[in-house]
Amino acid sequence: MANREATTGFNMVKMEDISKLKETARLMRINILTMIHNANSGHTGGSLSAADIMTALYFHVLNHNPDDPNWQERDRFVLSKGHGAPALYSALAMCGYFNLKELMTLRKLNSSLQGHPDVRKTKGVNATSGSLGQGLSVANGMAMGLRLEGLQSNVYVMLGDGELQEGQIWEAAMTAAHYKLGKVMAIVDNNGLQIDGAVKDVMGIEPLYDKWKAFGWNVQVIDGHNFEEIIPALESVKNCNVTDTPSVVIAKTIKGKGVSFFEGLAKYHGVAPTDEEFKKALKELGG
Amino acid sequence: MTDTLGTRNVYGETLVELARTNKDIVALDADLSGSTMTKLFAKEFPDRFFNMGISEQDMMGTAAGLALAGKIPFVSTFAIFAAGRAWEQVRQAIAYPKLNVKIVASHGGITVGEDGVSHQMTEDLGIMRVIPNMTVIVPADGIEIKEIMKAALNTDGPFYIRTSRMKFPVIFPDGVSFEIGRGAVVNEGSDITIIALGLMVSESLKAAKLLKSKGISARVVNMSTLKPIDENLILSCARETGAIVTAEEHSMIGGLGSAVCEVISENYPVPVKRIGIQDRFCMSGTGDELLDCYGLRAADIARASEDVLIQKEGIR
Repeated sequence: MANREATTGFNMVKMEDISKLKETARLMRINILTMIHNANSGHTGGSLSAADIMTALYFHVLNHNPDDPNWQERDRFVLSKGHGAPALYSALAMCGYFNLKELMTLRKLNSSLQGHPDVRKTKGVNATSGSLGQGLSVANGMAMGLRLEGLQSNVYVMLGDGELQEGQIWEAAMTAAHYKLGKVMAIVDNNGLQIDGAVKDVMGIEPLYDKWKAFGWNVQVIDGHNFEEIIPALESVKNCNVTDTPSVVIAKTIKGKGVSFFEGLAKYHGVAPTDEEFKKALKELGG
Repeated sequence: MTDTLGTRNVYGETLVELARTNKDIVALDADLSGSTMTKLFAKEFPDRFFNMGISEQDMMGTAAGLALAGKIPFVSTFAIFAAGRAWEQVRQAIAYPKLNVKIVASHGGITVGEDGVSHQMTEDLGIMRVIPNMTVIVPADGIEIKEIMKAALNTDGPFYIRTSRMKFPVIFPDGVSFEIGRGAVVNEGSDITIIALGLMVSESLKAAKLLKSKGISARVVNMSTLKPIDENLILSCARETGAIVTAEEHSMIGGLGSAVCEVISENYPVPVKRIGIQDRFCMSGTGDELLDCYGLRAADIARASEDVLIQKEGIR
């Protein structure tokens, strides 16, 4: 699971792998909802929209070792949209970085699972994040440092689409292109919603494809819930050299994906499910 | 020995020296390498130097990433941009995860001079001091900064070190001892203590001479580490001299004067006068003109010392 051997199937994702990943993503969604419901606080919509990509990353794409979280040659993942932490924590626990029971401590006093990712508190977390707009800069810095060390590790960073309203993102986009950080791959969780409503109504960010292209990036647009598209897109960075063009995957996703009555609704951005919603959601997910 | 030295110039030279033996050192700048003096590093170590262009927020985040990859980033730009423009990035990406990033901000205070308010920075010490994990240091001369840089390099964690555009007098001999968190008495005295940092240390030494001619014995303390501040030294000065004047090229709100008052008011209250910039924006002028204009001279420190002595006598 999730080691170098498991990630050699570039371009050829086996059907049995995909059905395994789908099942993992289903369990991840159950974990996400359970931990947020238990915390009675957290970001439901954006954690669910990221769940399939997070599953692909941690169970197929990333070269990492849960037994050695600080292994120097590992690929890095930075969750710039730090409010999606429940998805990341679920992935880390399901991979074995820590016990699944710990998920129930999310957002509680003295927990290792803070409301937003904390590199010093949680095994497997590579960067502190949560204040939007900063993660791509951090990923760039990691890639620069790894390159100086002569390592071939890939650095993945997940951005929210609303987050792209932060100017620092575009500063960092320039940096990655200027310094030819070919090992950097940004993933935009393009669910189209932010706290106050639709991204296009709050502050339009389109045309996204053209913007990233103009900033000098390789751009791919995919369905962020289809593993047959997600995996080759995310693995394409493995063929890049450390001095190539950086890559971005614009993943079209659905906020609240997997729970019919959450899907596509901005109001579930930052609220925990009620008891009734939780029961109903679990039923839908077969939990 | 030279009479004056620029702390920023010595920073640039020392960074190169340190980087020759420590390959983990990298440097970042935001299009001001000719002013911050990281250009010296860029020339000798082009592969380890990253000019980030005019984008300080991205620079701080990138430095965080480099530190997470095991590097020791020295990050430089003007103090107004390092501490001001990128404050939240410094807090979130560097200080909260306690990363090994050394921010060496140049052009601190008002002695940037002619560029005026937009480029002067009189709030940085206050806003850096309130960030947990952050060590805040201001060298008193071009000799001390060498030792400060060595100490910072040998101490894991985030640092904010302020340098100046203006050259100011050399106080210390080469190899002066510096310890993080320890102030130093640079002039013995018994009637009053003047606690200063940065270029105000040399002004305070001049003030002590002026006071001596009036029969007043002033102790002068170089408090180059603003945070963690040397509480023991402040309290022994309060006990032994019974009156304190602070002097800084910074707003009177939030910096050294505030920090000293916090310590003594909770532990051993004695009269204090603060020398610093009043709650105001300054204006363009030469560094020397501005120090005169805003009351940051030896004569101002001496006058404040006499005032606080009157208070001290009144209390007796």
